[in-house]
Amino acid sequence: MSAATKSKNRVAAESKAAGELLPERGIRRIIDTVLGLAKKTGADQAEVHVDEIADALTRFANNGIHQNVAEHGLTVSIRTVADGRTARTTTNRVDEDSLRAAIESSLALAQSQPKDPRLLPLLGKQRYRSVNRFQKHTASITPEDRARAVRRACDHAIKQGQVAAGIFATGLSQAATGNSHGLFAAYRETHAEFSITMLEGSAASWAKANSADVRAFDPQKLAQRASDKVHLPVNPRELPPGRYTVILEPSAVLDLVGFLFYDFSATAVEDKRSCLTDRMGKQIFGKNITIVDDVYHPLQLGAPFDGEGLPRQRVLLVQRGVPKNLVYSRTSAKAARKKPTGHGFHLPNEYGEAPMNLVFSGGDSSLEKMIASTNRGLLVTRLWYIREVDPYEKVMTGMTRDGLFLVENGRVTSAARNFRFNQSLLEMLRNVELLGPAVRATGEEAFEIVVPAMKVRDFHFSEVTKF
Amino acid sequence: MYDLAVPALDTARLRGATYSDVRVMHLRQRDLTTKNGKVGTLAQSESIGLGIRVLANGAWGFASTDRLTREGVAACAAQAVSIAKASALAKRSEVVMVPEDAYVDSWQSPFRKDPFEIPLETQLALLLAADAEMRRVKGVTLTETDLQFRKIDSWFASSLGSRIHQRKVISGCGIAATSFQGDEIQKRSYPNSFGGQHALQGYELVESLDLVKNAPRIAEEAAALHAAPQCPEKTGTLILGGSQLGLQIHESIGHPIELDRVLGEEANFAGTSFLTLDQLHHLKYASDIVNVVADARLDHGPGLGTFAYDDEGVPAQCTDIIKDGEFRGYLSNRETAHLVGLKRSSGTMRTESWNRLPMIRMTNISLLPGTWSLEGLIGDTDDGILMDTNRSWSIDDRRYQFQFSTEIGWEIKGGRKVRMLKNPSYSGITTEFWNSCDAICSRDYWTLWGTPNCGKGQPMQTMGTGHGASPSRFRNVRIGSAFSNQ
Repeated sequence: MSAATKSKNRVAAESKAAGELLPERGIRRIIDTVLGLAKKTGADQAEVHVDEIADALTRFANNGIHQNVAEHGLTVSIRTVADGRTARTTTNRVDEDSLRAAIESSLALAQSQPKDPRLLPLLGKQRYRSVNRFQKHTASITPEDRARAVRRACDHAIKQGQVAAGIFATGLSQAATGNSHGLFAAYRETHAEFSITMLEGSAASWAKANSADVRAFDPQKLAQRASDKVHLPVNPRELPPGRYTVILEPSAVLDLVGFLFYDFSATAVEDKRSCLTDRMGKQIFGKNITIVDDVYHPLQLGAPFDGEGLPRQRVLLVQRGVPKNLVYSRTSAKAARKKPTGHGFHLPNEYGEAPMNLVFSGGDSSLEKMIASTNRGLLVTRLWYIREVDPYEKVMTGMTRDGLFLVENGRVTSAARNFRFNQSLLEMLRNVELLGPAVRATGEEAFEIVVPAMKVRDFHFSEVTKF
Repeated sequence: MYDLAVPALDTARLRGATYSDVRVMHLRQRDLTTKNGKVGTLAQSESIGLGIRVLANGAWGFASTDRLTREGVAACAAQAVSIAKASALAKRSEVVMVPEDAYVDSWQSPFRKDPFEIPLETQLALLLAADAEMRRVKGVTLTETDLQFRKIDSWFASSLGSRIHQRKVISGCGIAATSFQGDEIQKRSYPNSFGGQHALQGYELVESLDLVKNAPRIAEEAAALHAAPQCPEKTGTLILGGSQLGLQIHESIGHPIELDRVLGEEANFAGTSFLTLDQLHHLKYASDIVNVVADARLDHGPGLGTFAYDDEGVPAQCTDIIKDGEFRGYLSNRETAHLVGLKRSSGTMRTESWNRLPMIRMTNISLLPGTWSLEGLIGDTDDGILMDTNRSWSIDDRRYQFQFSTEIGWEIKGGRKVRMLKNPSYSGITTEFWNSCDAICSRDYWTLWGTPNCGKGQPMQTMGTGHGASPSRFRNVRIGSAFSNQ
């Protein structure tokens, strides 16, 4: 047996069957192996990230499963520091020879560049707040469990003369960071997601939920909700483009305001590509808008540490419509003479940091109250293909999708053909009239955010499509 | 790698699979960026693993693993069969696949200079030189450059007996200058936005694009855009530059012709398509001068959609999509081809990596060249706007209504470019737009553009696609709607 083979056995011996993660001691062993090799290879300092996933996703369409997949992957990402320079190499080969080759590659990359005067030494040991986002019920879901739930949703669609499409995904993941200054951080979580589109004739509706705990949502109820809603849009009315009062369901709010996240990066402001450049401390949103970044919020997911291993802090971003704070990596904090907030990305990078766990404050209204209070407006289920048209005024374009309804005299009167919007987010968040309770919303354009449903006046629809 | 792939096929067969295919893939990537004269990202990565797709009890299962031992691979194959049997609990119909021959082959995409062999110092020096040229221009507040290289080896084995090895080398590069003034951010990119140009080529692609020479021009344009008049809102004549037209093709032709979308398989996520099966050979998709092909063959060029075999073991092909304006063909795979009367897949199954299921993807969806020179086209235009380099793109989930904005526009009056316009945009309905095309520039102006970031599928897969295009003219287009009423 060669030395390489022996070492391969040693580093990866605790690999588990598909669908399971390495125990923390196995992750520590990989990190310790890399740090030991890096020291021998001549790196002044080294930092290691290990990410492991075991995910499965059952996909259905036309009332049956058509794709059904599972994956297991573990990556080791190594950053070396030598003589004021740094670079990163990532591999999914965890035998000693491959890890050594990755370290050498990282060092070669680092040495190819000029010294970076802004480069900071690695962090030392840190203390982290514990979060529990690993649910054994989610981890134990089988392909048969998912298939049976899908079967029930599809049977419901068939009974209603509808066609169902969607996903049921479950998985587990872990991330760990260690470095040659003694830092070690580890986090694991489970995740589950069910999304369903119901089609009836040319109409479509949609419902989706996700959580760390698969018991937090009921696929059957989501199927029922989408099924009930799709009856309405069978003959949608074509309305003229223009400015409308809109009632945005939480998913629609999420997919729009999610585009604001990077604007709160101190590096983005320093680079003058944020819509908050020259606007900090000014009343740019309505007084009913307050936003924090809070990884510890009970409806949020994610590790309590950032890409540099720094503990994430709760940060008040917007208070009563006024942007108060940005988030900082260690580098951007030093440049701005601020304290880092624990939002940095893995180094090296040119983007710095961003808040990844946005939480909007809610209100005491509800979708029903919003509809009842609306003389003429539109109820929006979901938005689609949102892109930035103007980065400073934060004008976004996109389409409504899977359920747009006309509201007249306090009730939903008909479905409407889908619109294209061109809308400034700054203006939209000045025009919010009512807010519902903040919920964990999920969409397709932005990562999950805790947001309320919103009633917004003068939302700008510029064109209408054919359905 | 076949010593891993073939036992996986054996395990799948013994567990009850009636068909299976395996991909062992080794992906290597290098990313270099600079920002404001300093190195940004400096990273390399590699990933190797195996994915197996099986048909058992008439339903599909897929599993992947990075544990490349005999035990790991066998467990993965067994898992795929178990998943397929679970799928059968909720299947609607039996999977039917059109026949395909078995192939034993090895292929490598041609390149002159291996980008992984070019010294890092040389690559960084190029980026820093381009960055410095842009920063010299007054009014520029942010400069960015990037290089990206990929080398992908894949070993495909199927229970039909195919054993196919392919190696692809992909290069990409781009630069961008941003200018913030007053209450406005303007940006110019070269040779394209969102990472530049990408192709199935070696480092020779980077050298051919001369980033340093073009850096001052785009920086000056970024700064000058602030003083340019706003693009007017009107209905009028539009000339699109090649890269923008490439994206227009991608969104309004490439996606709607994917047969999985047409059949509703993407209804929950990427959407469906207005190109229902009854439209084939009937729909007047475009004006008579428009001819579009899906061509994965190397003869078409070194595009991101070029290969020898797709990831289902089907040889690369050229398919007519639009012929003299008429809708002629979809992108299909072995499972869907028979539904449109084809006896063979059009060879468009592609996967991002070993841990993703192959699915119907664009190859090189290209508008064939016309006869005009660009000078002649502008000279022939009395009143119009030339728009170039994408800034934003959006289209509805059935691919009817779209809106694009570009980084820069040029007003054309009396056959001449008379002034720069800022914030240009246009919108329309897909078939109305393509039927309004009345001029296409010749092969001298034709480029096979690379779109490296096409997202589709769940779990999400990012795929590179190619789009050959030359500047073209469209009449009666709605212009300026993105900024109306703001």
